[in-house]
Amino acid sequence: MISDKKIQHLSIKISTTFLFLILLIVSIFFVYPFYYVFVLASRERANMFTVPPPFWFGNGIRQNYTSLLQNLPFWRNMFNSTGIAVLATVTTIFFCTMAGFAFAKYKFKGKDFLFNFILATLAIPQLLGIIPFFKMMVWLNWINTWLPLFVPTMANAFGIFLMRQYLEGSIPIDLLDAARIDGMKEFKILLRIVFPLARPAIAVLGISTFIGSWNNFFGALVILRDKNSYTVPVALSSLLGVHNVDFGAIMLGTALALIPLLLIFIFFSKQIIASLLAGSLKGAI
Amino acid sequence: MEYVGFKNFIYLLKRDDFFWKSLYNTFFLLIAGSLLQHIIALPLAVILNTKINRGKEFFKTAYFLPYITSSVSVAFLFGYFFDRNFGLFNYIFSLLNLPKIMWFSDPATVKPAIAILLNWRWIGWNTILYFAGLQSIPEELIESAKVEGANQYYIFFHIILPLLIPVIFFAVSLSIIFGMQLFDEPLILTGGVRGNPGGVDNAGLTTLIYLYTVGFRWGKFGLGCTISWVLFFIIISITVVFKKILERIQN
Repeated sequence: MISDKKIQHLSIKISTTFLFLILLIVSIFFVYPFYYVFVLASRERANMFTVPPPFWFGNGIRQNYTSLLQNLPFWRNMFNSTGIAVLATVTTIFFCTMAGFAFAKYKFKGKDFLFNFILATLAIPQLLGIIPFFKMMVWLNWINTWLPLFVPTMANAFGIFLMRQYLEGSIPIDLLDAARIDGMKEFKILLRIVFPLARPAIAVLGISTFIGSWNNFFGALVILRDKNSYTVPVALSSLLGVHNVDFGAIMLGTALALIPLLLIFIFFSKQIIASLLAGSLKGAI
Repeated sequence: MEYVGFKNFIYLLKRDDFFWKSLYNTFFLLIAGSLLQHIIALPLAVILNTKINRGKEFFKTAYFLPYITSSVSVAFLFGYFFDRNFGLFNYIFSLLNLPKIMWFSDPATVKPAIAILLNWRWIGWNTILYFAGLQSIPEELIESAKVEGANQYYIFFHIILPLLIPVIFFAVSLSIIFGMQLFDEPLILTGGVRGNPGGVDNAGLTTLIYLYTVGFRWGKFGLGCTISWVLFFIIISITVVFKKILERIQN
């Protein structure tokens, strides 16, 4: 005879397995397309559009690579993407930490008003200002340069908010006073005390800025009009509707642009998820 | 440049059929591509939050993966999946003896195809968001309800859901703001900046693609800015109304 307890135990086990299977199937649905990018990147044109569609790697990488370089200055585009993303990350961390520190620890007139004003800009949908933004960049003569893609967002509301929230709780005011008594200048305090202590928040801000910049499309599409100034997403999109461009070449470009992000993500996924969530949920609650 | 008063607003709201079509498309995609998925994401998060020992970290990573990749890259890939002759979707349909779908060659299936990509890209993100929200609910609260004899159904609807309302507000607001500014995916899927705006019969023309077309392909900056203002007021109104509704539910 099987006791009631055993049956109950068994049913819990079955339902757990069932739930596990649901999660597994859904995750295959999410991961499979990434495998497929690499399959297509390795297929030459004749072996790509077939019935059934290809499910395994081909040997067309060399051909796709030649075709990619014939149509785009691809490595130049990768260089642009990397340069803009790195500059955006470094400058955003620097200026948002400074501003966040000031809002967290300094007392000055109009502080609350200024901070609320900055927060209010979070509610304005960014992409809607694209035409005035473009006109300003034309006026500054910044079209086809990297500048419009990192300078205007160096000190942004999200970053300032994040850094202020973090610094407010993590730096004791006594520590700052002690440093001042020892004769430390404010800028030295920033470099020696604030930056090292703010490391976890800096990681959140840095990761989200880098990913956002690397994937930025709309802004880059409007600003970058010359092949040599394109970032990777703009470069790839420029191949659409052009005759005689191998789809394999586009997929190879896509795969190459994915690799840096995938590597970062696979190594730091735990931190990235935790930190991006911390950042956004703090905004929510 | 000359002063035209409200001429652009009047033209846009009264006579611009493209604009109204783009608004319809945007709302269609907002609902099918950004909002309905919350009904899938929340239960998935609940499953992820149950006592499954193995693979939790892997699942979280896998679910998050689509979110970190570039919208242009995934749009290219899905464009291939949706190929009417050789694509993966039609191949699967043929195995199931279902008729071929024309996807981006047929105005009726353009928006559903874009919505499929949007669901793929954002369900995981929303799941992880809800998962984090669920983790912040104290375990004792649920345990004590169980001790008092509450069933799973009661616990979910009367304890978990009310506590999740701030997270739901945040997640849905993000979806609305993102969905109303939809641009990258439909643009790439419907043929890019050189193609017919929004593809066949403008079926994938979102308001932001229209804004881009008016401003940067037709050079009408004034009308483009008018579109921005109208869209801005629509987004703000929806968010405010949504907030009011949730506040009423919470009370």
